[in-house]
Amino acid sequence: MFTRIIRDPASPTEEVSALLCSVAADIISTVEFNSTGELLATGDKGGRVVVFQREQESKNQPHRRGEYNVYSTFQSHEPEFDYLKSLEIEEKINKIRWLPQQNAAYFLLSTNDKTVKLWKISERDKRPEGYNLKDEDGRIRDPATITTLRVPVLQPMDLMVEATPRRVFSNAHTYHINSISVNSDYETFMSTDDLRINLWNLEITNRSFNIVDIKPANMEELTEVITAAEFHPHQCNTFVYSSSKGSIRLCDMRASALCDNHSKFFEEPEDPSNRSFFSEIISSISDVKFSHSGRYLMTRDYLTVKVWDLNMESKPLETYQVHDYLRSKLCSLYENDCIFDKFECVWNGSDSVIMTGSYNNFFRMFDRNTKRDVTLEASRENSKPRAILKPRKVCVGGKRRKDEISVDSLDFSKKIIHTAWHPSENIIAVAATNNLYIFQDKVN
Amino acid sequence: MAGAEGDDSLYPIAVLIDELRNEDVQLRLNSIKKLSTIALALGVERTRTELLPFLTDTIYDEDEVLLALAEQLGSFTVLVGGPEFVHCLLPPLESLATVEETVVRDKAVESLQKISQEHSPVDLEVHFVPLVKRLASGDWFTSRTSACGLFSVCYPRVSSTVKAEIRQHFRTLCSDDTPMVRRAASSKLGEFAKVLELDYVKSDIIPLFTALASDEQDSVRLLAVEAGVSIATLLPQEDLEDLVMPTLRQAAEDKSWRVRYMVADKFSELQKAVGPEITKNDLVPAFQNLLKDCEAEVRTAAANKVKVFCESLPEDSRETIIMTHILPCVKELVSDTNQHVKSALASVIMGLSTILGKDNTVEHLLPLFLVQLKDEYPEVRLNIISNLDCVNEVIGIRQLSQSLLPAIVELAEDAKWRVRLAIIEYMPLLAGQLGVEFFDEKLNSLCMAWLIDHVYAIREAATCNLMKLVEKFGAEWAQNTIVPKVLGMANDSNYLHRMTTLFCINALSEVCGQEITTKHMLPVVLKMSTDQVANVRFNVARCLQKIGPVLDSSALQADVKPVLEKLATDQDMDVKYFALEAISVITLINGHTVYDSM
Repeated sequence: MFTRIIRDPASPTEEVSALLCSVAADIISTVEFNSTGELLATGDKGGRVVVFQREQESKNQPHRRGEYNVYSTFQSHEPEFDYLKSLEIEEKINKIRWLPQQNAAYFLLSTNDKTVKLWKISERDKRPEGYNLKDEDGRIRDPATITTLRVPVLQPMDLMVEATPRRVFSNAHTYHINSISVNSDYETFMSTDDLRINLWNLEITNRSFNIVDIKPANMEELTEVITAAEFHPHQCNTFVYSSSKGSIRLCDMRASALCDNHSKFFEEPEDPSNRSFFSEIISSISDVKFSHSGRYLMTRDYLTVKVWDLNMESKPLETYQVHDYLRSKLCSLYENDCIFDKFECVWNGSDSVIMTGSYNNFFRMFDRNTKRDVTLEASRENSKPRAILKPRKVCVGGKRRKDEISVDSLDFSKKIIHTAWHPSENIIAVAATNNLYIFQDKVN
Repeated sequence: MAGAEGDDSLYPIAVLIDELRNEDVQLRLNSIKKLSTIALALGVERTRTELLPFLTDTIYDEDEVLLALAEQLGSFTVLVGGPEFVHCLLPPLESLATVEETVVRDKAVESLQKISQEHSPVDLEVHFVPLVKRLASGDWFTSRTSACGLFSVCYPRVSSTVKAEIRQHFRTLCSDDTPMVRRAASSKLGEFAKVLELDYVKSDIIPLFTALASDEQDSVRLLAVEAGVSIATLLPQEDLEDLVMPTLRQAAEDKSWRVRYMVADKFSELQKAVGPEITKNDLVPAFQNLLKDCEAEVRTAAANKVKVFCESLPEDSRETIIMTHILPCVKELVSDTNQHVKSALASVIMGLSTILGKDNTVEHLLPLFLVQLKDEYPEVRLNIISNLDCVNEVIGIRQLSQSLLPAIVELAEDAKWRVRLAIIEYMPLLAGQLGVEFFDEKLNSLCMAWLIDHVYAIREAATCNLMKLVEKFGAEWAQNTIVPKVLGMANDSNYLHRMTTLFCINALSEVCGQEITTKHMLPVVLKMSTDQVANVRFNVARCLQKIGPVLDSSALQADVKPVLEKLATDQDMDVKYFALEAISVITLINGHTVYDSM
């Protein structure tokens, strides 16, 4: 039971549950908007990254504004084999993070279990023309006929989008990388695996600094792993990491070079009356996100989303039930391994609404001001393009009303793990296994 | 004109031009590196009107190609028609100054700085300054970071109105939204301050420095430290206290260890810049705090500076300051928990003895050296041993031997063979520092004792050590001191010791030279060929093979060959094998010798 979490994370049998769900390479494994929201990137199990670009507004088709079209597709990671450890390294993209834009090109970091890569996505609309040794049709000219030199001239051509790997940050992680996060200094980023956090300079690939290491001298004593980590959006010296025990540690990099000692520790005291066999498993934090303002933290565990104020370590400010109706079904969820699903959570642009996923292609939104919440469904059958999403309801015991779905008929293989929210507008991207749905607020 | 005899001379250039766009990066790179050849062939006119426009848009290439291009353009002035046309080089360099790759941008900036000097004052204002302004107000931070490095080269040569504009642009960049640009501005602040008039340094640069030094980003603040040092050198002494010191004091106590590290790292420069008075009043306490910092990285940086800092203290109060303020901190560092701190200290601590003189060294420093000499980390010990010569000068060899030698001997006889091994490796160094006389008296017996150590690795290292000692002290010394002892071991009852003799001969024959080898060593080796232990016998064969090249051919023929032939008929398989191998190798050498003498 408990061993599931604390098992040596490098064990090759780790991904059994994922394999049971599907073997298709195009299952989306991460979704991320860039800082302007003009681009949206997805990564999948097959190691591919697909970048979508938002359609420019045009007068005759105003409703098309907001549609995202494929901009660039490239193979970011390939499957590898670690011969020393006899371990397969999957190509699955675990996380994508965009870099702040620095010139006309776009840059993103993508990572699989072991290696982080920096990609450049750039446009090219000119092509050099004119050779000395070849004529227009590519035929080789007789060198004797060359009497003048030609300098090539750049001519306009159809827009071409290229993705080029710029840096490869490898060989720094013994365990599986679960998070990457770019620092607000635009100079460094961190990569986090189950037991360690490393700090990199974006320009230096052969050296990284270990800033957190929770590996005990004796692996038998391992009781806790790092599940996610993120930098503060504005304070370059602050980052948080969450653990499988449901706690969050905030570290200050100013204090010392090694951040093994946290400066803040966020944890909610356990309610003894609720204690059960599954308590530890469901309290494991699967995602942690700073609010855009930097004032709050949001964490997701199996059944809830919590919002913490950075100034209050003792308990969360707000707790939202994502799918409390599953509490009675934990036993079967444990048996089918769903209890280990790592749901992510996101803020909207103004930090007033939060969104996270559930099962049966449902995803949930919570309005922090009005305290209203809604369940929506991402599926082909129920949502035609530009149709309005209908709220869904799960019925808990008793009589089932029309439009409601019973807990027992939920499909646990259709999970929404990864979602993203446009940084300023009400546009969301929802990954439902191998489909990406983009929804937006109704225009007028 | 070119048409008549064109074909032959044009063809290679045509290839170079076409290869500017080859799919193979290496070929493109080659072409770019020969850009001057292409330009020369095209002539100044076509270079300006065709080649440069093409290059301006070629920023899609690999970094190494762009880097080479940026470098080439820095010395292209002649090829575009001289200083009159140098501004034609600005567009391609401008586009290179906006690429994302820092090395390329930096190289483009470097080339721009270079060609700025070739602009006439008028061209500078008409062409260069507008480029700097364009970069400074560019949309992307890559261009704005590049601009930061260009202000200082054009400022001294433009009119006062333009100067005002330039100062304004720099101010704007210092408060840019992105930390990248503020970092670039912060790192160029000192350089820019140097070209400004003193009044503007006070009115413009100081506020900028103060603002950058309290930036929210650690990485900006730490760069401001360096700028502070440069600015301090520019200001008259009386202004330092008011204008720079408050900020620097604050930096030395910054919340972020990276900023404090930077202060520690730049401490000697800072000390030089602010002069003796401020050093006494401000820097001494600041330095004490850095030596006691809670972060090991900061202590390491500060420990590295101990010697230089003490050296540059004003002479009248140097000794008092060191004894009352610095030494107590140093004493604590000697037993620091972090090995890097101790190692940094060990690399400079010996230098203090020259500053403090004999009595203080004996009383205060020697105990510290002794502690460090027994440190658990070999790097710390090595750093002490490799600097023994500075102490030697101050307190003399006798004193040194009395206090330090017991510690070295203790390590040499340590129960852990790895510790012994470490000391052996320092021996040649030590021998060089202490001189032959001292060595013979105190350390020679140690070196010989290691030859009969019960751990093979020690015996092996000891042999190698002997060779290095002979390299230092010469063959004559070897003949008088170590060769007799080594050869004496050939009669030892322990076959391992007898083998050590052979291993020593292997190592020593070449440095000792032909005479000693033939006269003293060879007879012993030959005598050992009848040893009852097979391991000794086959090592005789190997030894003969090894020393063969040192011997002359008559000795080889008369003495070595018969013995090897006898060993080749030995009952033991290994002895036979090595004897035969030695014969074949020696015959080869002998053949050459014969051939050479003909």
